[in-house]
Amino acid sequence: MTDIAATAPAHGAEHAHAHAHDHDHDTPGFFVRWFMSTNHKDIGTLYLIFAIVAGIVGGAISGMMRLELAEPGIQYLTGWAQWLDPAATEVQGKHMWNVLITAHGLIMVFFMVMPAMIGGFGNWFVPLMIGAPDMAFPRMNNVSFWLTFVAFIMLVGSSFVPGGSGHGAGTGWTVYAPLSTSGSVGPAVDMAIFSLHLAGAASILGAINFITTIFNMRAPGMTLHKMPLFVWSVLVTAFLLLLALPVLAAAITMLLTDRNFGTTFYDATGGGDPVLYQHLFWFFGHPEVYIMILPGFGIVSQIISTFSRKPVFGYLGMAYAMVAIGVVGFIVWAHHMFTVGMSVNLKMYFTAATMVIAVPTGIKIFSWIATMWGGSLSFKTPMMWSLGFIFMFTVGGVTGVVLANGGVDTNLHDTYYVVAHFHYVLSLGAVFSLFAGFYYWFPKMSGRMYNEALGQLHFWVFFIGVNVMFFPQHFLGQQGMPRRYPDYAEAYAYWHHISSLGYVIMAVGMIFFFVNILYALFAGKKAADNPWGEGATTLEWTLSSPPPFHQFNELPRIS
Amino acid sequence: MKTLSRNAKTGSLAALLAVAMVGLGFAAVPLYNLFCRVTGFGGTTQRYDPVAAAETPKILSDTISVRFDANVSPKLPWKFYPEHPTDTVSIGARDMAIFIAENASPHPVVGTASFNVTPDAAGKYFTKIQCFCFTQQMLKPGEQMRMPVLFFVDPKIKDDPDAKDIEEITLSYTFHPVDGDKNAS
Repeated sequence: MTDIAATAPAHGAEHAHAHAHDHDHDTPGFFVRWFMSTNHKDIGTLYLIFAIVAGIVGGAISGMMRLELAEPGIQYLTGWAQWLDPAATEVQGKHMWNVLITAHGLIMVFFMVMPAMIGGFGNWFVPLMIGAPDMAFPRMNNVSFWLTFVAFIMLVGSSFVPGGSGHGAGTGWTVYAPLSTSGSVGPAVDMAIFSLHLAGAASILGAINFITTIFNMRAPGMTLHKMPLFVWSVLVTAFLLLLALPVLAAAITMLLTDRNFGTTFYDATGGGDPVLYQHLFWFFGHPEVYIMILPGFGIVSQIISTFSRKPVFGYLGMAYAMVAIGVVGFIVWAHHMFTVGMSVNLKMYFTAATMVIAVPTGIKIFSWIATMWGGSLSFKTPMMWSLGFIFMFTVGGVTGVVLANGGVDTNLHDTYYVVAHFHYVLSLGAVFSLFAGFYYWFPKMSGRMYNEALGQLHFWVFFIGVNVMFFPQHFLGQQGMPRRYPDYAEAYAYWHHISSLGYVIMAVGMIFFFVNILYALFAGKKAADNPWGEGATTLEWTLSSPPPFHQFNELPRIS
Repeated sequence: MKTLSRNAKTGSLAALLAVAMVGLGFAAVPLYNLFCRVTGFGGTTQRYDPVAAAETPKILSDTISVRFDANVSPKLPWKFYPEHPTDTVSIGARDMAIFIAENASPHPVVGTASFNVTPDAAGKYFTKIQCFCFTQQMLKPGEQMRMPVLFFVDPKIKDDPDAKDIEEITLSYTFHPVDGDKNAS
């Protein structure tokens, strides 16, 4: 990618600066700018702030869960249930557990990772990287954000209304029938489902916007095969969103009609089948995990290339590996449900197809390593997070190959081994790439440098914390600890306790993050247009830091 | 203006794709039903097709044991049990099993049965010629009804590597109440 923007810098930067002055005066007032925004950078900022807030909520919920799990027995749940319903007893306390795991899952997936990756970094940097003045449909972009916001309020609101054995939706993020239909009486689950509808609609609108922007608004000379890998990753992600989310919408709409209008799509008594819901959910759910990780692949590719001062190794292979992951991601869904009673042949197919995904993923991992090979490396904070990402994602990928085996999965299904696996690829993989991207682009977005020492501290403490937290969960799973349980036998206490200590270490790491943001915003050094040097070759570094309110009034030319 | 219409075109195509996927999501319901009937997935049994059966199935000397299992939804005040819990039949030969349902409540109740066989792989070869499960049953207070199931096990089961070693098939029924607004989807 180094070569693609070779002639752009001098050219683009000049004009950007000139126009920055021209346009400063028509920056709208506070309310219009932030509440009726049509500017891709402002909407990106809103998404990032939203994701950070949602991440704090979701992270606090995981803290509550690790606190409860630190010792065997039920310690705190009944007390927490009494926040929502003063008459709560231990039954409501146990329901509270289900509400916590549901809220943690849904918030982290739909209101933290997706808004940050696609809404935040996607909105900010896709137009900048392809040399476009804005997104194709700026108003629709605004609609997407506020739909996501309302969806989040809806989900949080569901905790305060009855949902079966207690207040809130306690169905798990998968919302499986019949627990979510006949098993949860009350409006909480309806609200949670409706929240998913809204978040899904927001993402579909966003996906349409990205596809149109990337296909139609590239600067002259920016061919598809010259696009930075982050733009490729968002393009593939947008297609996954467009194909997967409508199926979720259909599936959960049928949940709503089963709940409220007497249909029996998922009810055997009327000729339906609850397993159908699982098929529909995972037809969405498996692409969804790639939706969460692919933009992370893109971010990490940019960063590794920048801090190795080399173009990415095997650019085309990297781009088409993402396309391959996206395509194959649609035909492996039933590996999430090996235990529903499938024939041997079906299990063999889904096992083999799942393992095939390790090939394009391996291409990516080895290409990142090859990019660093012989490069002029500098281990700045974004680079550290990217290296951490590669390590974590590889560990999670290896356990993924283990779980892909239908026979092995019968034993490990719904145990902590699975919990450890998907937290290694998401909580550590996706989140590490988010932090990498945040540190990488923070100077560009804010015009201020963060503190390098605090960034390094954040990385190391967080890295140790999450590993102490999640690695022992592999052992718990192999010993048979089921997921989604608030209580456990004495035998599991040792590793659960260590896992909870890991949470504390991670939480300390997050303090450095927030201190660093505040430090940077109030006392940070002014950031240069390109603080990362010659390795940073994509178009956003040709603009000022922060970029002008409207950029590329004269389109850059890519040779 | 030109770029606007180009964007509108791409955007509409993408939106159309999303709408099509919603349609596919709902189409999954009948498709899944069809898939289960064709493949016997989840132990879905086969219905007797008189045309295909014009060639009389040959009766093998091998026998297979069939176990009958009867359940009632807790919401249905019925007693429901098979006359004989098991039966041994020659593969390919027609057999009849009798299930007995009894309304233990003081009002008339309508029920309908859902059913499948285990192991799942046997579903494709378990063919029902006549069954009470295809219709709703009304029982008056205290009424007892004998309900026959006429079935045979398709000899092709011996050619299927996944199913040929099956020695016992369990045919299971569960009776559910029918409330006015719940109809089979």
